[in-house]
Amino acid sequence: MSQAKPRIAVHKFASCDGCQLALLNAGEALVELAQLADIAHFAEGGWYAPGEPVDIALVEGSISAPEDAERIRAVRASARYLVTLGACATAGGVQALRNGLARAADWLGEVYASPEFIRSLPDSLPVAAYVPVDLEIHGCPVSTEQVLEAVGDLLRGAVPAPGADPVCTQCKRRNLACVLVNGGQPCLGPVTRSGCGALCPAVGRACYGCYGPAGLVNAAALARRFEALGLGGEDIAGRFLFITPAAEPFRSIGQGYRERGDG
Amino acid sequence: MAETRTMAINIPVLTRVEGEGALDLTIADGAITGLHLRIFEPPRLFEKLLEGRHYLEVPDMVARICGICPVAYQMSAVQALENILGIVPTPWVAAMRRLFYCGEWIESHSLHIHLLAAPDFLGFSNVVELAGAHADVVRRGLRLQEAGNAIIRFLGGRSVHPVGARVGGFWRAPGVAEAAALHARLEALLPEAADLVRWTAALPLPQEAQDFLGVALRHAGEYPMNQGHIVSSAGLDIGAERFAEEFEESQVPHSTALHCRHRGSDYLVGPLARMNLNFDRLPAATQQLARESGRAFPSANMYDSVVARALEIHGALLLALGVLKDYAPTDGPYLSAPPRAGVGYGATEAPRGMLWHRYELAADGRVLSARIVPPTSQNQARMEEDLRRSLTRAGLDRPHAVLRQQAETVIRNYDPCISCATHFLDLCIDRP
Repeated sequence: MSQAKPRIAVHKFASCDGCQLALLNAGEALVELAQLADIAHFAEGGWYAPGEPVDIALVEGSISAPEDAERIRAVRASARYLVTLGACATAGGVQALRNGLARAADWLGEVYASPEFIRSLPDSLPVAAYVPVDLEIHGCPVSTEQVLEAVGDLLRGAVPAPGADPVCTQCKRRNLACVLVNGGQPCLGPVTRSGCGALCPAVGRACYGCYGPAGLVNAAALARRFEALGLGGEDIAGRFLFITPAAEPFRSIGQGYRERGDG
Repeated sequence: MAETRTMAINIPVLTRVEGEGALDLTIADGAITGLHLRIFEPPRLFEKLLEGRHYLEVPDMVARICGICPVAYQMSAVQALENILGIVPTPWVAAMRRLFYCGEWIESHSLHIHLLAAPDFLGFSNVVELAGAHADVVRRGLRLQEAGNAIIRFLGGRSVHPVGARVGGFWRAPGVAEAAALHARLEALLPEAADLVRWTAALPLPQEAQDFLGVALRHAGEYPMNQGHIVSSAGLDIGAERFAEEFEESQVPHSTALHCRHRGSDYLVGPLARMNLNFDRLPAATQQLARESGRAFPSANMYDSVVARALEIHGALLLALGVLKDYAPTDGPYLSAPPRAGVGYGATEAPRGMLWHRYELAADGRVLSARIVPPTSQNQARMEEDLRRSLTRAGLDRPHAVLRQQAETVIRNYDPCISCATHFLDLCIDRP
């Protein structure tokens, strides 16, 4: 990192703003971060200078409109490190449920009386589909700890390598009863990236996959386990096609069961 | 008018609001000839994404509409869905939902007051500058915001997109020790919340009366949050199921958000509308604090919204303390019921105003159609009308930078949540 104070930007694309809250909810840590680094651009926090060169650009949201495709290229050009935050930026988000659906082309007309005024791309895609990304932080939402840890590493000159263990490992560490084996619920924990702290199993419910696919998982085997629990094709498709429906292998497993249907 | 001039003020991105919007303003011959509050977030089409989903998945999906008020989306949704399924929440569930919602009000209002709005009133451009001059004020705000988040985590596991709520109640009842720890923490903050009310009441707020229609929920037994009728300052009093008869949405070319009006009139939802219509339902100590701070409600000054937010933080803390003081876990944290076909409605008070949901379920429990009307679409016409009036009243011949600053201040005062405002559905044209 350069000798001068490092510079940070936060950019928003199609999203709920929830991942920016990892910073806005950071409390004292946000004020400390602003002392360690200059915040160049963070519109929700009151800093506006989108084109300024920065050391780290944090990006929330998916690329979902024609202008956004141009804007993300400018963000890439302005930043030494581009870091994507959350399910929208890393996987296209829940709004990627529209991707590849023939009927989705009609939705704008059903929602808006004058769809010609609305500019939207057919597919909602992750940032990495448009520009190279240096680091992806997963989660819906990402947590303050994940973001501050990654930014801290980058400020010290190291690109962190987040793990890709499944939620199951966190359940075991917390000594939680298995909601799949003991509870018979269709839990996505065996195939979902850890990082949340196994929040859903901790309240006795099945993981719904909001951190996206973990590494090296056998999602097809888990889907067959769901069949054995009595779930129909559409129910299994719905489990995999939810918060990160465009991420593999969730996309292809889910699509396969959707085409198969309940019959 | 001393001179004739044409001036265009374009604010390409409004800062310190949630989501992305912009303002285009044209002044010619001493009058505003063009005023467009533009919301250009790409539409995410949530109502369509909900179609075909099982009702148990709805609370997790609608949370994703807004990271700042996910609890509001979950609470309006579960109310509408339980309405269809014939589930009446147990007293334990009703109390926990109030507590859950108190957390979101405290978090969202604290964030708005300190990170988004206060810099306007004190001449700073962001919270870090504000902290440089008023460190104690910012620290107090951050503590209150974090306390709100702690309440949400108590029931939801995390404060953004919490996982604890479900149709019928909550997945798990928290333990007594957790409740006692949270109670102690909130109790220590009560004097700080009272100080915050006094501090907002002493801010150099613009003084200007406006005649506007206020709309909020009203309930026989409580300050409105999770339940109540829809009432207005003009005497409207209807159940949530009649919302679509009285209020209509229309599209304007410059925005991906639809404008919502009540019989052709703009109207206000949010803390000031709630306070004006429900001051008598606040806890007595909060009412007393308002009077001591020199505030009387109803107020016609839109800028009293910031004081209303602080009062709601105080009231919500008192309410949360009451729930936690008598907290006892339950073996039945939720009720379930077999799926059935029907139509249901839900209206609750999100931090920034009334949030209305309507769902139609098929007999197998899947969503046939969904309609969601968030507070920012309801306030959009009011914001434009406020801009027209207050900029004109203060003088359109002032320098560009002054007009721009006033315009931004007017908009931020509504705490618009533009992320929420990008997925509206007009059922009149749906399914021809």
